[in-house]
Amino acid sequence: MKRAKEQDYSASMPKYKTTVAGSLFTICNTIFMIAFVAVTLYPVLNTLAVSFNDGTDALRGGIYLWPRKWTMKNYSTVLQKDNLLTGAYISVARTVLGTVFGLVTNALLAFIVSRKKFLFKSQLSLFWVITMYVNGGMIPVFLVYKGLGLTNSFWVYVIPGMISAFNMLVMRTYMMGISDSLEESAQLDGAGYMTIFVKIISPLCKPVYATVALFIAVGQWNSWFDAMLYNRMSDQYTTLQYELMKLLSSVTSQGATAETMQNAVQAAGAVTPTSIRAAATIVTMLPIVCLYPFLQRYFVAGLTIGGVKE
Amino acid sequence: MASKTKRVKGKFDWKEFKRQKVLMFWAAVFVIYGVIFYYVPLGGWLIAFQNYKPALGMFKSEFIGLGKFKQLFSDASFLQVIRNTLAMGVINLVLTFVAAIVFAILLNEIRLKFAKKAVQTISYLPHFLSWIVVTGILRDILSGTGIVNELLMAVGATDQTINFFANPDYFWWIVGFSNVWKETGWNAIIYLAAITSIDPSLYEAAAIDGAGRWAKIRHIILPGIRPTVMILLLMNVGNVLNAGFEVQYLLGNGLVQSVSQTIDIYVLKWGISQGDYAIGTAAGIFKSFVSIVLIVLANQFAKRTGDERLF
Repeated sequence: MKRAKEQDYSASMPKYKTTVAGSLFTICNTIFMIAFVAVTLYPVLNTLAVSFNDGTDALRGGIYLWPRKWTMKNYSTVLQKDNLLTGAYISVARTVLGTVFGLVTNALLAFIVSRKKFLFKSQLSLFWVITMYVNGGMIPVFLVYKGLGLTNSFWVYVIPGMISAFNMLVMRTYMMGISDSLEESAQLDGAGYMTIFVKIISPLCKPVYATVALFIAVGQWNSWFDAMLYNRMSDQYTTLQYELMKLLSSVTSQGATAETMQNAVQAAGAVTPTSIRAAATIVTMLPIVCLYPFLQRYFVAGLTIGGVKE
Repeated sequence: MASKTKRVKGKFDWKEFKRQKVLMFWAAVFVIYGVIFYYVPLGGWLIAFQNYKPALGMFKSEFIGLGKFKQLFSDASFLQVIRNTLAMGVINLVLTFVAAIVFAILLNEIRLKFAKKAVQTISYLPHFLSWIVVTGILRDILSGTGIVNELLMAVGATDQTINFFANPDYFWWIVGFSNVWKETGWNAIIYLAAITSIDPSLYEAAAIDGAGRWAKIRHIILPGIRPTVMILLLMNVGNVLNAGFEVQYLLGNGLVQSVSQTIDIYVLKWGISQGDYAIGTAAGIFKSFVSIVLIVLANQFAKRTGDERLF
């Protein structure tokens, strides 16, 4: 299997003679790709435009890709909401802590099961692979977390999901590709396993660490269900996504719409629930959307390692 | 997973064990962690066979055998929920698979390198958005004043705005297409990698034989990515029942309840909100059971057709 680093896709590029059918194909394909890009980007750009548009003006409709009446008021209103600020703070905290903890533990576990001499390597791998296919289900899990005092607590975001068999297997595959001779010569020099892990294996695993860190970070940033299920009663542990969800559902539930809109218009002047929602959506997606283009080669490589069977 | 080095029974290598004591320590920590967070909840399955009372706990509640399962299957709404979960799982699986494969093949045909790169980068974008954001956006574009209704009116496909979220006929397809929108670019990554690893000399040989683009796609690319497709299909068949929670929960409303509720939502509704832990757990067990049966069946099928398999 190829370890996709900087893949040169053009190597696989079929060469064709120019024929009528071929040109027709190219034209259709180009149109298809343009349509694909439009369908992917339009909803996001439209939300962006609405978020910068005056709220009451937006109610008239007809805003597509560009705001008609510019304002920053939607954002200033959103950024003054206490719950959203707490949510943002908690989201950042869980993303940072969750990624650090998850990365270190998955890496260490992958290191252990990838040691050829480790006496229980197949048993330990199996122990974790089973967790990928069988799980207790929502209710038993809920009861266990409750019993452990993890409900109404920040740590429910970090501790329970820390180790994922999938991420561990991705790292294990990568580590197994590293030559044993490095480990052996270090052992001859008197290095213990921890030194080998920290000083020899980890520096070589930077690409796969980056991949897994990205997977964990995206999952942490985007998850909302845990906040709703375990910390519903604790506003101090709310997350940005969960706050956004509450914002969205309060406006979209039928019947209430017109009334809440009017109230909001009277209360806040030019902002409406729609424009607030748009601004909150943009704030929520912004960090990831800005980051992911630069991390492309890592997740492309990671998916290829983990997904294609060895 | 079987280890290749066979040790003679009774001759445990204590010397090696001592040498690995740091590894053993951390392995033990990880096993304890795994037992607490993954294996202890499995023990919670016993709740489904009990007349569970939270005040009594699992150890003192009375065992009632399969009563809760009988109750579950005599509940018409549970049967409806199974149908919804399966239908949406299959629709999602088929649509997302086909979309990703078609997209990967077509993207591979683009010759301008920067254009290909740009399209690909854009195609990943929706994967990084949460379902909260995606469903919010979806509500906007499908709303009465949204772009979809405007376009439909403009081309004369409809003369009054369609309320997409009020009609049960649309719900499964809205869920299916929102999955396609979100994951096509991401899922295509792996197929593109598979296409890249096809031996280029095959294309040259085909070109000499006068094969056009279509022939190459059919006779070289599709067979070339077949193993990847099969293995991913296998991995996802077991997940068919897992496909239904977030979108359905976020988009569902009273008007489409009969088609939007899935097993997970049923568990949440009865188990967590109504506090009937036993029935919720039973529904969860049923889901795990069906998933395992599906994955074993798919694996058997793959074995018979001579394709790659999981185990």
